[in-house]
Amino acid sequence: MSALSLHKRIEENTGLLIFGILLVSSIGGLVQILPVLNQESLQEPTANTKPYTAVELTGRDIYIREGCSVCHSQQIRPLIAEVERYGPYSRAGEFVYDRPFLWGSKRTGPDLHRVGGKFSDDWHRVHLIDPRSVVPESIMPGYPWLARRNANQAGDIVAKMKALAILGHPYTQEQIATAESKLEGLLEIDTLIVYLQMLGTGLDKEIIR
Amino acid sequence: MSATLATRSDAAEAVNNDPLHDSPADIYEDKVVIRLIQFSVVWAVVAMTAGVYLSAELLWPTIDFGQFWLSFGRLRPLHTNGIIFGFGVSALMATGFYSVQRTSHVRLYSPRLAWFCCYAWQLIVLLGGLSLLAGWNSTKEYAELEWPFDIAIAIVWVLFGVVFFGTIATRKIRPIYISNWFYGALIIVIAMLHIVNNLAIPVTIGKSYSLFAGAQDAVVQWWYGHNAVGFLLTGGFLGMMYYFLPKHSGRPIWSYRLSVVAFWAFTYSYIWAGPHHLHYSAIPEWVQSLAVVMSVILLAPSWATMINGIMTVSTAWEKLKTDPALKFIVLSLAFYGLATFEGPMMSFPSVNVVSHFTDWTIGHVHSGALGWNAMITYGTFYFMVPRLVGAPLYSVRLANIHFWMALAGTMLYIVSMWGAGVSQGLLWLSVDEIGELSFSFKDIMASMQPFYALRLIAGLIFLIGTCLMAFNLFKTLAGRHAVVVKAPPVDPAYAMVKEVAA
Repeated sequence: MSALSLHKRIEENTGLLIFGILLVSSIGGLVQILPVLNQESLQEPTANTKPYTAVELTGRDIYIREGCSVCHSQQIRPLIAEVERYGPYSRAGEFVYDRPFLWGSKRTGPDLHRVGGKFSDDWHRVHLIDPRSVVPESIMPGYPWLARRNANQAGDIVAKMKALAILGHPYTQEQIATAESKLEGLLEIDTLIVYLQMLGTGLDKEIIR
Repeated sequence: MSATLATRSDAAEAVNNDPLHDSPADIYEDKVVIRLIQFSVVWAVVAMTAGVYLSAELLWPTIDFGQFWLSFGRLRPLHTNGIIFGFGVSALMATGFYSVQRTSHVRLYSPRLAWFCCYAWQLIVLLGGLSLLAGWNSTKEYAELEWPFDIAIAIVWVLFGVVFFGTIATRKIRPIYISNWFYGALIIVIAMLHIVNNLAIPVTIGKSYSLFAGAQDAVVQWWYGHNAVGFLLTGGFLGMMYYFLPKHSGRPIWSYRLSVVAFWAFTYSYIWAGPHHLHYSAIPEWVQSLAVVMSVILLAPSWATMINGIMTVSTAWEKLKTDPALKFIVLSLAFYGLATFEGPMMSFPSVNVVSHFTDWTIGHVHSGALGWNAMITYGTFYFMVPRLVGAPLYSVRLANIHFWMALAGTMLYIVSMWGAGVSQGLLWLSVDEIGELSFSFKDIMASMQPFYALRLIAGLIFLIGTCLMAFNLFKTLAGRHAVVVKAPPVDPAYAMVKEVAA
């Protein structure tokens, strides 16, 4: 059967057409994604990369909720200017507990992957509530409501950590049991600052210096 | 009624004012098409207004007035999802339902299901949009909606597929016309991408954790993100082009064989290109390299399709003088060509190193979204609405004004973002002779203001044009009902006997 007459059959048969599209469009994904999903080096945490604590996780989920990744990347490329500006380039092993990944695709503001430890907690607090009071040129929105809401307002931290434990994050029973107490008395902005301060500290201290 | 209208590219609508003599299966279900067009236009205006507001926030960051729901990070996904799923998918459903009936010579399979898809989809877009403002956000780009919406989308999408493929399966004409293949690929591939990329463990009603983590999650997400653009914004709208361009210019497809070859090449090669969004990242090098090669290969089917379209209309240029709808469709092809050339260029690591993370990406997206998707949609709406209600367009003059506003807005948008993106990219990378950074991030950011101001003006021009169209179509539709259109008789040479068994 020639290619043309074979194609004529596809062209006149709904089932063959559906099957053909499914087959042809899935090849690329299978070849690229399956090996990546099975690559162990991508799931190996770096020296100081640990599952997010209750406070860090809460801060990270606030970062997600407010859409910070719309304007801030967390992915430093291995280029002189980037390493100079932000710090050591990002390694796969630093992201193994990131669900979802927050590399971003746009830098309206600067990259934040190594922002941890660069500014004081107080600076972050003022900056998050009113960015222009510390950086006059800033076009970042202010987040005053983060300083008004309790960190455990939703009361879902235990459920969150249990869900992550199902996905293989090595939380101890104790970490989960004490999660709620860790959030006690904290505002949302406090947890977000804790998260920002731990960002990029997953690499060996020697490399970071 | 004339019995000559049965070739592939000339499945003409025949108006029959006496429907009682025909079985209902011969009467096209067009009311749902009109309703979907109305929703699509509403979402266009809403989501573009959000876009204009966002661009103003980059100039005056305090105009969110401390309100969380006006905050940039929450409003931006509303803008993108509103355009893609509100404006885009409603338009694809409308044009898909319109053209699949006319190329199959049969009424929609289960009009009830089609109506259900129509309203269920609008409900998803409405509630989904509100949920984004409330902070339910998975952050995966163009898949930000949380798991309850993901499930609802999957269900409605499958039902959309049932209506569409059901109509094809019950067609009266033997060959399946090329536009239906693109709509078919849209339905099948988007279903596959959507389901895999959104796999997650739910925690609460508005929060879930992705099944994939870190670098692996990145690869899965950009397999989705790139191909949502590929099969929805490119493939789906090519389906539109393959039906409405020949219909409207009154010319058959220049080369049907080329359209077939380009279809399979497109479907095969697009899916590989996703990881070019992750250059210089921690994903394996071979995945990045392969994505570059396939991105360049992708240029061939993309331009083959553009050339096919331009050649189709090449003997009908004189119609462009008088017909704003055709002008929109032809211009959209030019922007399609531009965007599909720019894309592979931006996938080269040496170009990507400058363009990535900058406003150039935003410009590239909008040369596709404004220049290609919006314009071809506007063209098909100006074409369909008068035919659907059997009355002339309320104002051709207004449509012509809209055309020039759309063109001016798109050009200004692209040029301002090129300016912003290229300067950002180069200034960020600039180091002096001893390797010290030449410019601080703050200073580079502050220098973007003139470009952002131009972009705001560009967006406003485009939005006002869209509002003119909304008014024009509203006046055309006002007080009118869908005319009864009956499937024309099928040329016996092409008549369906029964589907050959696979």
